[in-house]
Amino acid sequence: MNSSMLFGKLTFDALPFYSPIAAGGAAVIVLGGAGVVGLITWLRAWPYLWREWFTTTDHKKIGMMYVILALVMLLRGFVDALMMRAQQAIAMNAEGYLTPDHFQQVFSSHGTIMIFFMGMPFLFGIMNYIVPLQLGARDVAFPLLNAIGLWLTAAGAALVMASLVIGVFSTGGWTGYPPYTELSYSPTVGVDYWIMALLVSGIGTTLSAINFIVTIYKMRAPGMKLMQMPLFCWTALCSSLLVIFAIPGLTVAGGLLALDRYLGMHFFTNDGGGNVMNYANIFWIFGHPEVYILILPAFGIFSTVIPTFSQKKLFGYNVLVYATMCIAVLSFTVWLHHFFTMGADANVNAFFGIMTMVIAVPTGVKVYDWILTMYRGRLRFDTPMLWSIAFIVTFVIGGMTGVILSIPPLDYVFHNTLFLIAHFHNMLVPGMLFGLFAGYAYWFPKATGFRLDERWGRRAFVFWVVGFYLAFMPLYVLGFMGAARRMAYYDQPEWQIYFVVAAVGAFSVLLGIGCQVIQLVVSIRNRKGTMDLAGDPWGGQTLEWSTSSPPPEYNFAVLPQVSELDAFQVAKEAGRPYVWPTHYEPIEVPRNTALGPIFGGLAFVLGFAVVWHIWWLAAFGIAGVIATIIARSFAAETTRIISSEEIMATELRWHADVRAKQEANS
Amino acid sequence: MFKDTMLDPAGPVSAATRDLFFDSVGLMLIVVMPVIVLTALVVWRYRAGNVAARYTPHWGGSRIVELGLWFMPVLIVVMLWFVVWNRTHALDPYKPLASGQPPLVVQAVALDWQWLFIYPDENIASVNRLVFPVGRPVTIELTSDSVMNSLMIPALGGQIYAMAGMQTELNLMADRIGVYDGRNTMFNGDGFSAQVFTAEAVDVAAFQSFVAEARNAGEALDSASFETLATPTIAGPVRLYSSVENNLFHTIMASHGSMPHVAADASSTMHAEHNP
Ligand code: HEM
Ligand SMILES: [Cu+2]
Repeated sequence: MNSSMLFGKLTFDALPFYSPIAAGGAAVIVLGGAGVVGLITWLRAWPYLWREWFTTTDHKKIGMMYVILALVMLLRGFVDALMMRAQQAIAMNAEGYLTPDHFQQVFSSHGTIMIFFMGMPFLFGIMNYIVPLQLGARDVAFPLLNAIGLWLTAAGAALVMASLVIGVFSTGGWTGYPPYTELSYSPTVGVDYWIMALLVSGIGTTLSAINFIVTIYKMRAPGMKLMQMPLFCWTALCSSLLVIFAIPGLTVAGGLLALDRYLGMHFFTNDGGGNVMNYANIFWIFGHPEVYILILPAFGIFSTVIPTFSQKKLFGYNVLVYATMCIAVLSFTVWLHHFFTMGADANVNAFFGIMTMVIAVPTGVKVYDWILTMYRGRLRFDTPMLWSIAFIVTFVIGGMTGVILSIPPLDYVFHNTLFLIAHFHNMLVPGMLFGLFAGYAYWFPKATGFRLDERWGRRAFVFWVVGFYLAFMPLYVLGFMGAARRMAYYDQPEWQIYFVVAAVGAFSVLLGIGCQVIQLVVSIRNRKGTMDLAGDPWGGQTLEWSTSSPPPEYNFAVLPQVSELDAFQVAKEAGRPYVWPTHYEPIEVPRNTALGPIFGGLAFVLGFAVVWHIWWLAAFGIAGVIATIIARSFAAETTRIISSEEIMATELRWHADVRAKQEANS
Repeated sequence: MFKDTMLDPAGPVSAATRDLFFDSVGLMLIVVMPVIVLTALVVWRYRAGNVAARYTPHWGGSRIVELGLWFMPVLIVVMLWFVVWNRTHALDPYKPLASGQPPLVVQAVALDWQWLFIYPDENIASVNRLVFPVGRPVTIELTSDSVMNSLMIPALGGQIYAMAGMQTELNLMADRIGVYDGRNTMFNGDGFSAQVFTAEAVDVAAFQSFVAEARNAGEALDSASFETLATPTIAGPVRLYSSVENNLFHTIMASHGSMPHVAADASSTMHAEHNP
């Protein structure tokens, strides 16, 4: 491909006029983006956003920005899902409305977005907001690193979005297997976008994980032993450890593929001594732990929500901790089950099948623990609890199909079919997404001071659950019938009805998402009615509920003293939930810094330049990063002091809210 | 609706796979059903409105119960281990199938986006159509002239990847005459959805006439005609070749390995029992 000095491979052909639908998608992105920018400008909100949000190093605001990013990407990923469902519902002996090339971009971006730019940011957002509060800490260990992590993740997401407008996205699926993704078979920039987005966000994710690990090890409230941490913190710890060990696999696989594509090397090519099997091997050493990175924190959320709404202690805390750690370690011992059909020896396949089943044991025990937590409780069915109950029932079905897939001879039949697609959505939708929704509804009042509307929450719940079953149970059947995944069209008349049902299911999910949007609007409008600034609307057991909603910038004016599990619950039962001193010490907090957005911007520029072979721009990006680091090293004042008077004033206001609530209750 | 799938097996491999499926699902339901039922019961009984139900807010564990919880899952999983070990060996795709007759050897080459089948003993080849005698094992040796592919005939059994420069193997057998669907299940580009073929299990006489038909097809498959065939084609027609250049399958493999020994090594180290 010819390439110019100034613009690399970038020409006007990169605009998406190859299909009206792609052009329409690009138009929605461009107009939507312009609309948001216009609205902010019209409201003159840029200074406010820059000062209070973009440059913040407050873990709570960073957490909220992660969640907002995730929700936006959820919409994008779900539009992709709807497009695929619509296509397959009509593409019986017909082309459908999407060309194969376009369909392939859609499933690739759907998978990539849902895993890396919806699931990960959602989790990291909730972890960011909640972990320091549950630990009784004033901040995370490395606030600046934290901000950079967010902006690098956003830069990766922006690269995926940019591919919709300028150029194309990968057609290689979320796994990007070579040699298909090598230059000889995928000459367009799609794969490069995919690699750059993953490498950039991978760095961000790793930085955040380091930050969580250090925070959890070093910043717990005085007296809090590891075995007195809330379970959510344990799952955040295990998940972060998995990130540290797993993401390098992705970086290496993606990096070597990039070397093949950019420098003509032969790691995974068909010729020149390349070996495609190595890619599968390295990718899945990352890929399998990745699904536990996504699901463990959701287990932590369920382990928080279920006891609260059962008004009872969590059953088997120790067992849950050990089971979580077992799962984390074992998740590195099973990756070969993703390529049982590559021709390995029966001994090898049987070994990895057995290892995979071992993971089912601690997972099954966890499920029992959750049921026993509800046993002899007083169950309240607020939406977080509804998501949790739907999770338990649905998740065990997915677990069962997972064990089926771990039996090599059964995998030979179901691999690469829609049975597999049904299985992992059966794990990730109830396991991860329902957990995130439970966490969203549960901690929303902590972050904003008011609750989400219950009625719309229940409607969303019903549409989601019904939609999930309708959308994915038919895929199990299709898998039995031998329907492969990733098909743009097919010629078997008896398959069509199942695809139609699946499309109806996806439509129901759409209604569910619609209800969630309405819920947010209604909740904000009716916020007076559910306002609870005192900070403990659910009767929570852990420390995040022992401070105001939303918590002050410094979280805790006085660090809590902890000597037991469920510290706040214990204090409430002892009749003294709040210990209020008569005078306050000043508190040091990190200053705002523009470093996060700068690094994010530079990473986006660098990624974009590399995708299009615009080398001078790439050099500019790298030089910018180096210059920023040097400039930062001269910054002398990185923290500021909140005076004791200011703290006193904030705290007294909160005390008044708490007293008002106590009086109202008595 | 499950005609010619694992649930309506047309051969010993798919029949054994179906049995394995029901055995393992049966075992798992022993733990899964109680969970679903228990959840429903507990949720109903301990709803906040039911003040008659016992309420023990401080009960957070019990040694015996916590240990007991591990018992059932461990038991089921250990039983499954034995199942996995035995059946993975019994259903190893490389394992020759028990039969009085020697297997028919077919060399399958994955192309963009068609399947080439070479019958080395008959010295013929066919495209997008695989014909074999019923009741006689078929040994399919696979490679790819392009990206990764995976060959599956759901009526007969499971799949195995086809990779350039390497050889993999799949042993199948039909015990019922019929025309079955075969396809590539591994996404490989624009023509993926149409990369299907028919797998025809026929009686011996029909197989002989298929061979004769191919011999009369007129066109020979040599390096030149292979090159034409291998150009990307979506939903290509069925083709027959009256003869095949000597060792073409290995020539194709070597053209990608560029080191022929790599190809041989790959399959032997990956699969100790197999001796190409
Ligand atoms: C909730 C509604 C969702 C629907 C209707 C949906 C639908 C689909 C469909 C139709 C496919 C393509 C199947 C095929 O290959 O033929 C797919 C693939 C996939 N989905 Fe989803 N999905 C949903 C949610 C999710 C979530 C929450 C995740 C992950 C967190 C996810 C991850 C994936 C992945 C990784 C793939 C594979 C992409 C590939 O082939 O490379 N999906 N989904
Ligand atoms: Cu896995």
